[in-house]
Amino acid sequence: MTPDRSAAGLITPAQNTWCPGCGNFSIQHMMRSAIAEISEEEGVPIERFVLLGGIGCHGKLMDYLNVNSLYTIHGRSVPAATGIRLANPDLRVICHVGDGDIYAEGLDHLIFAAKRNTDITVIVHDNRVYGLTTGQYTPTSPTGFRGRSTPRGVVEHPINPLEVMLAAGATYIARGYTRKTRHLKEIFKEAIMHRGFSFVEVLQICATYSNLTDYYDARVYEIQDGDLNTARFESAIQKIREWDYDRDAPIALGTFYSVERPVYEESFGVPRAGLEERRNRVRRLVEDWR
Amino acid sequence: MQEYSLLVGGKAGEGINTAGLSIAGLFSRLGYHVYMYFDYPSLIRGGHNFAIIRAADEPIGAHRTGVDVLLALDRKTIETHKERIGGKTTVIYDSSQVGEERGYGLPLDEIIREEKAPPITRNTAMLGALSRVAGIDRAILEDVIRATVPEKHLDSNLRVAARGYNGVEGVFSVRPLDAPKLPVLTGNEATGLGLVYGGLDTYVAYPMTPSSGVLHFLAGRADDLRVRVVHPENEISVILMALGLAYAGERAAVGTSGGGFCLMTEGLSFAGMSEIPVTIVLAQRPGPSTGVPTHTAQSDLHFALNAGQGEFPRLVVAPGDPHEACAWSATALMLSWRYQVPAIILIDKTLAEGAYSFDLDASTPPRDHEPVLRDGGEEYRRYRRSEDGVSPLAFPGTEGVTVKANSYAHDETGFTTEKAEDVGALQEKLLRKARGLKTELGGYKTVKTYGAPESSKTIICWGSQKWVCIEAAAEVGARVVQPVVLAPFPVEAWSEAIAGASEVVCVENNATGQFARLLREYGFDPGTSILKYDGRPFAVDELTARLEGVFV
Repeated sequence: MTPDRSAAGLITPAQNTWCPGCGNFSIQHMMRSAIAEISEEEGVPIERFVLLGGIGCHGKLMDYLNVNSLYTIHGRSVPAATGIRLANPDLRVICHVGDGDIYAEGLDHLIFAAKRNTDITVIVHDNRVYGLTTGQYTPTSPTGFRGRSTPRGVVEHPINPLEVMLAAGATYIARGYTRKTRHLKEIFKEAIMHRGFSFVEVLQICATYSNLTDYYDARVYEIQDGDLNTARFESAIQKIREWDYDRDAPIALGTFYSVERPVYEESFGVPRAGLEERRNRVRRLVEDWR
Repeated sequence: MQEYSLLVGGKAGEGINTAGLSIAGLFSRLGYHVYMYFDYPSLIRGGHNFAIIRAADEPIGAHRTGVDVLLALDRKTIETHKERIGGKTTVIYDSSQVGEERGYGLPLDEIIREEKAPPITRNTAMLGALSRVAGIDRAILEDVIRATVPEKHLDSNLRVAARGYNGVEGVFSVRPLDAPKLPVLTGNEATGLGLVYGGLDTYVAYPMTPSSGVLHFLAGRADDLRVRVVHPENEISVILMALGLAYAGERAAVGTSGGGFCLMTEGLSFAGMSEIPVTIVLAQRPGPSTGVPTHTAQSDLHFALNAGQGEFPRLVVAPGDPHEACAWSATALMLSWRYQVPAIILIDKTLAEGAYSFDLDASTPPRDHEPVLRDGGEEYRRYRRSEDGVSPLAFPGTEGVTVKANSYAHDETGFTTEKAEDVGALQEKLLRKARGLKTELGGYKTVKTYGAPESSKTIICWGSQKWVCIEAAAEVGARVVQPVVLAPFPVEAWSEAIAGASEVVCVENNATGQFARLLREYGFDPGTSILKYDGRPFAVDELTARLEGVFV
């Protein structure tokens, strides 16, 4: 395809197959706007954005935005994103992942990307249920959730992904909600502009299998200036633990943590070389063997 | 053939591998071709490690059972290798460990104490003793030590070597040859060099014996060779990272053994569908499961040929020595990019960790292949249909281009599709690439033959068993046929190579005759299988005896 620099032009002609009322629409439109605005404000050409998707409803976004994309396999977009960022540091690499996708199938990759502080952005479409496989529990489903694989209710407790990410070393951690779109877009922009590993957990409505609209609407609030110190681990962990994805509690939205650390990809100091130079180096190495 | 076999054995942690390589270096210095088989258990200290070094005035790549000199750093070495000791074998042993034995005892504890040398220099004393026994000039011995020992330990090593040298007597005399000193490389090292020669930018791997040698070698030489080496959290990440690198335009390769390759298969299938090039070094060891981690097998042939769900073209090459490993690793990487298919370099522990004389000048440089790149013009479609199935590549970041790669069935742009006509067209595109790759390989020597060309006795082998078969064939008057490419299978080249064969055997390091099975699939008669599946490669004499039992 040829990129179209207008925000409207970032939507492809591919037929959209999300359910009516799906939270993915907000994510799609806010990501489109975030990319268009960063491109405009920061002078980053559209061609330098790369989206990655795993497998699940979230992944369909790869077909719906006219931006470079690598539609990968279930749970595995994060290492591919690391590879892309390693190959070309000029690219803005954004992984769209699902909660089943990355908290179940690919959790190891998420933890290691945070540990490395690789300069990518991970957006989790967390609807707390498997949609595309028709309604099973995920690692963030609340205890007691009745899904098709757990008709008597889940006995496990959900993980708090923000807490996992903070422990793993993520340098940017935020949470958004698909019904607070403008706020969501600002978080996307902040995450993409952050140097290092950015993690954005998005509470996403699943209109078909787990519609938590009323539950979230009654509990979410936006973090205000002065509520916490985003540069301090202790301050972040306290806010992150306010709601554990299980018990009833107020649900904070916004940035929890944002610090600077050296970026993984920049630790490789190997100078680049063309094919002929490399071949000469191979020959020389054999000639001077041991 | 003028040849010598030597064994050095001791406990893990005593530097047996290094000692073996020093002995190989000594003979290389005299112009001999060398081969070293290194045998070790899966532990870090203790146990029993040994290396058999064979030197000859012709190219070789296999060991023999018997040895001319046995260097024993412990009693276990003598006990374990009784069958290798014959009437003419000279035994040199550490008398502080072994006690009294036939041969020459060296009190190594005493020597290193008196010379105030580190314990690892016991090996140097043995090297000194070996030089004297083999009539090798002391200057050459000292040269070899200088080339391998760091400056600060040089003096103590030279003193210890002299004690070894003076502690024994001359037994035979190795004649220096008028031939160049060739470097001694492992299959892993040659594979790594080949990948770089073929254009490698980044090597990604998780450690797994026997493939880790590629990782260690390239990581250690990353600055010299201008490559990047990454060791991620697991093999799933390894192959996905490589695919991400390649999607963004870097040539990446990965390395592993059977268990790690199991984890990579989903990524392999993704590479097949998304048409993102990746080169995989698959170094076999005995399975099933964890199996025998530090030993050898050729039991993953069908796994390499069939791994990954769905049907997609792939290149599988099985080099038989470091020369082929170097050339075919380069070719595999280049063809992987030319045809946008995964390429597998199928080796095994015998080749990966065996050390061989390596003559870069003797091998023809591999032919160059360039990837098909977008040349501007019409709107870019990542999977544009073309006559040979290969769509021009563009990479993200290119002005005016959106690159959409996809693991789902996709249309030309890269959009997911389930339409019957699109799904059919996609599969046909992959089939066209397979045909193109096969035609391309028609211009290569994909099947090689050695030995008596007119003989009706034919030995079929693949991979690391090449050299042991060449030598055994010479003893029984047979010829050898070796496929270097296993997929796409070179049917025509095989028909030609095998023409006239009446008595056929197929030699493999596995229990079920996997290559024989492949031949039957293509309608060829693999003859009688000679199999070995105890984790050890054939020795020349051992294989000769097995062949004599079949060829009557």
